[in-house]
Amino acid sequence: MAPMGRGGRSGSPSGGRGGRAGDDKNKDGKQGQRRGLFRRRKVCKFCADKIDDINYKDVKLLSGFVPERGKVLPRRISGTCAKHQRGLRIAIVRARQIALLPYASD
Amino acid sequence: MQRTYELVYVMRPDATEQQVADLHTQVEQIVGRMNGKIIDKNEAQTAFGGRRKLAYEIGHHKEGIYVLEVLAGDGAMVAELDRRLKNTEGLLRHLIVRVDESQIKAERARAKRTEESRRRRVARGLPPDRQPGEGPQGEDSDDSGDYESVEAEA
Repeated sequence: MAPMGRGGRSGSPSGGRGGRAGDDKNKDGKQGQRRGLFRRRKVCKFCADKIDDINYKDVKLLSGFVPERGKVLPRRISGTCAKHQRGLRIAIVRARQIALLPYASD
Repeated sequence: MQRTYELVYVMRPDATEQQVADLHTQVEQIVGRMNGKIIDKNEAQTAFGGRRKLAYEIGHHKEGIYVLEVLAGDGAMVAELDRRLKNTEGLLRHLIVRVDESQIKAERARAKRTEESRRRRVARGLPPDRQPGEGPQGEDSDDSGDYESVEAEA
């Protein structure tokens, strides 16, 4: 019976591009059917903000993808798309070389 | 072949301004000797440079003086710079990165995106460029509003 809740949605036009705004609104109404478990859809920050060039000098931006331990935040958590994760990794590695970001902390 | 590179180096925090200037002229000389040139500093560069806290200690130093230079030259110039900077006293770290390719890529991506949005706008019967007073929020919420009313009816 699980597909029932989603069945109506898959046909709705908001499934595509405009899905995000619609999902947020629907969240409240559908929460009961989804057993209160709702994960916000993750969107690649670089696609959303239209950042074409991930620069190694932008510590403010990069530090958001480097958790306390100093590792690179995985895609499954940050939601970054494959293309931008690749660029991000390179930028973080470069920033580490000149001590803008830590290799490891703690 | 001439390419564009960015050179970042980190000097010891106890380096005097004279030493910083000296190293800059040294770099300038090497670049000049290898038929390269230094591209003018812009605001972004001066904003990046200067005294900064290091993310990790380097030989008991907790701070460093960052300097960013943008250079044009060939691979031989980079090799020579790298070799010289490695043996420079008072330098904590340096990094040379080629930037022309990523800049072109970023530009291409930007051009592609604007073209795409123009094409879509024309397809929707709108003028290709955004009109004054037409915000992204206004347009989007308008769209989702339509969807919602449809869903509510169904």
